Amino acid sequence: MAYSFPEEVLEHVFSFLSSPRDRNAVSLVCKSWYEIERWCRHRIFVGNCYAVSPEIVIRRFPELRAVEMKGKPHFADFNLVPEGWGAYAYPWIAAMAEAYPFLEEIKLKRMVVTDESLELISKSYKNFKSLVLTSCEGFTTDGLASIAANCRHLKELDLRESEVEDLSGHWLSHFPDSCTSLVSLNMSCLGSEVSFSALERLVARSPNLRTLRLNRAVPLEKLANLVRHAPQLVELGTGAYSAEIRSDTFSSLADAFSACKQLKALSGFWDVVPSYLPAVYSACSGITSLNLSYAAIPSSDLVKLISQCQNLQRLWVLDYIEDSGLEALAASCKDLQELRVFPSDPFGAEPNVSLTEQGLVSVSEGCPKLESVLYFCRQMSNAALIAIARSRPNFIRFRLCIIEPQAADYLTLEPLDAGFGAIVENCKELRRLSMSGLLTDRVFKYIGTHAKKLEMLSIAFAGDSDLGLHHVLSGCDSLRKLEIRDCPFGDKALLANAAKLETMRSLWMSSCSVSFGACKLLAQKMPRLNVEVIDERGPPDSRLESCSVERVYVYRTVASRQRLDIPDFVWTLDEDSSMRYS
Amino acid sequence: MEIGMNFKETELCLGLPGGGGDISKTSGKRGFAETVDLKLNLLHSDDSDLKENVDNSSSAAGEAVPLKDPVKPPAKAQVVGWPPVRSFRKNVMAKQKSEEATAAFVKVSMDGAPYLRKVDLRMYQSYKELSDALAKMFSSFTMGKYGSQGMIDFMNEGKLMDLLNSSEYVPSYEDKDGDWMLVGDVPWEMFVESCKRLRIMKGSEAIGLAPRAVEKCKSRC
Repeated sequence: MAYSFPEEVLEHVFSFLSSPRDRNAVSLVCKSWYEIERWCRHRIFVGNCYAVSPEIVIRRFPELRAVEMKGKPHFADFNLVPEGWGAYAYPWIAAMAEAYPFLEEIKLKRMVVTDESLELISKSYKNFKSLVLTSCEGFTTDGLASIAANCRHLKELDLRESEVEDLSGHWLSHFPDSCTSLVSLNMSCLGSEVSFSALERLVARSPNLRTLRLNRAVPLEKLANLVRHAPQLVELGTGAYSAEIRSDTFSSLADAFSACKQLKALSGFWDVVPSYLPAVYSACSGITSLNLSYAAIPSSDLVKLISQCQNLQRLWVLDYIEDSGLEALAASCKDLQELRVFPSDPFGAEPNVSLTEQGLVSVSEGCPKLESVLYFCRQMSNAALIAIARSRPNFIRFRLCIIEPQAADYLTLEPLDAGFGAIVENCKELRRLSMSGLLTDRVFKYIGTHAKKLEMLSIAFAGDSDLGLHHVLSGCDSLRKLEIRDCPFGDKALLANAAKLETMRSLWMSSCSVSFGACKLLAQKMPRLNVEVIDERGPPDSRLESCSVERVYVYRTVASRQRLDIPDFVWTLDEDSSMRYS
Repeated sequence: MEIGMNFKETELCLGLPGGGGDISKTSGKRGFAETVDLKLNLLHSDDSDLKENVDNSSSAAGEAVPLKDPVKPPAKAQVVGWPPVRSFRKNVMAKQKSEEATAAFVKVSMDGAPYLRKVDLRMYQSYKELSDALAKMFSSFTMGKYGSQGMIDFMNEGKLMDLLNSSEYVPSYEDKDGDWMLVGDVPWEMFVESCKRLRIMKGSEAIGLAPRAVEKCKSRC
């Protein structure tokens, strides 16, 4: 005889659990907890849209209000996934339109979203509040117009870095005068000019507006007017930050900024004229996040700005900052947690700025809270990496891109195994690592031995043999995502660690040495893995089974392995487990 | 089967010295996996075998020359997706670069000033605008009497000499040919095209420039 809490009590207890992992754990305790939990789960996160089907989700969770989903693998950002591969949002949107009339939030990353999907969203959910599309594509400004026109209670429209076909700026004018609910608007990725008066009126009638990220087409002369209507802004992305140097424009801008007492984040700064930067100085002491990664600002002006921001926690910047600027950053911003330095001229043969490994060394030494780094540079040494690892054992994310593939330690000409080895050995909480430079199997041995909390690993042009891959797959206990390109890793390590792949979200390998035969074998061995051979050279069985495939993408799934939207350059194992691919 | 010359003997193959005949000749990347596999079954379904294979290969590494094909990346321009910069960012930077190419930043020095400045000549439409901007930058500087169109009246030698004899500052510039000229000689657009750097000097020092300026103008007209 089981005594148990009444369902309502359990439900109430569960309502305090917000993280999907906790909720998942709870649902595994027993059947009745599974039942109770699924009826009261309102938010889900689907890390791979092909890991599950809309039908399965809808059947299990009947009361969803918020859905977050990711589509293409990360390497799609760098054009390694051919056009048309998949990740279409429409089937999900259509299925959810029927099942969840009260859906409020949709967050999609790296998915293909059409205007049809957007229109469906705008018309199906009466209480729709938030649409966030990160690195998505496939829609036009017409789709945005539907959202603006029909979502009466819209709070958030965020199009971060999506590729939108810009038909006109007219979409913004579709927000009805009655819409006053906006909290966040991010249109920074759009090209064309919106009606400035429509924008101004929209901002003026949105008292809850906290985040406003403009696009480049909004001129600096108009920025002050906008900001004046929204002194409650917490995050502002400017438009173009250049104009003729006029004192009235400057003082108007400076006044507007000084009225924004809550400003914490600044971004935008397209086409910067440095003389206008001091207009934001009054806000700097409160600023915790600065995204200057599209701004060509010389180091000296950058330093002047940054040294005003004593409370800076996150800085994204171009390598114009140079080593000297990073040294200054290390001296003034002791609260810095995240630094990203992007290359201003990634394809240039010669360095155009004086940014070396020294900049990263300075910041690692000087900023005790630094835990997340993305750094592009042209030279690195083991000594520098070892110093960085020793100064900063609290790294959680470490992504280093040395621009020249397989670049050795520039001082000793050795591989950078020891340097990255030091990183994984010292940084025991490391969750994400991207490596570059000359690396042998030895570095993977270090990673397999020490990187026990590592969840995501990105490898390019590294390693000598399958041993390398084997070390990673057998040693990294927490590994969820592994993406590899141009490495001499092949069948043996993959097949020997097949079971490991089911504990991960996905594995991507392109331009490696994985044979078609091994892919088939893996798919046969592991029915809950979808092994997608992505090859644009025609059917793999027109070549020898021992031939390497161009790309293979392996992911665990509870959905059918024959996805309906499969393009003609992707091959997966037939449902009847026959030896041929369909 | 030998047809004429013994090709087999001249055939290149990698392996242990003195034969190693069972390593078949392969080409390209594919061969490497086979050499690791040497005498082992490629399609072995037993997981524990890999450890054995792997141990074998690590000890064999010192002896056999594995047909390693270190993936040498082609010339920078051809490597897809490297360095890993998102297309969105690449597009934005490319756009900015192409626009930057039309900017005309020149260094501006002023005699006696401790540091140089830079101006983008394309931000201005006329000598007057430039003059105003420079005046703000270097507040003790004045451009003097430049006539209603902002151009020195060459034909009036007298006016010119007055200016050059004064202690007022006068702007000069280095043109494409490397010559130092007085600012104001030529139409604005032509000036923007040919100006490489600016120097603001005392009138008395600029006196040497004027005759050359007059000469050049005469040869152009």
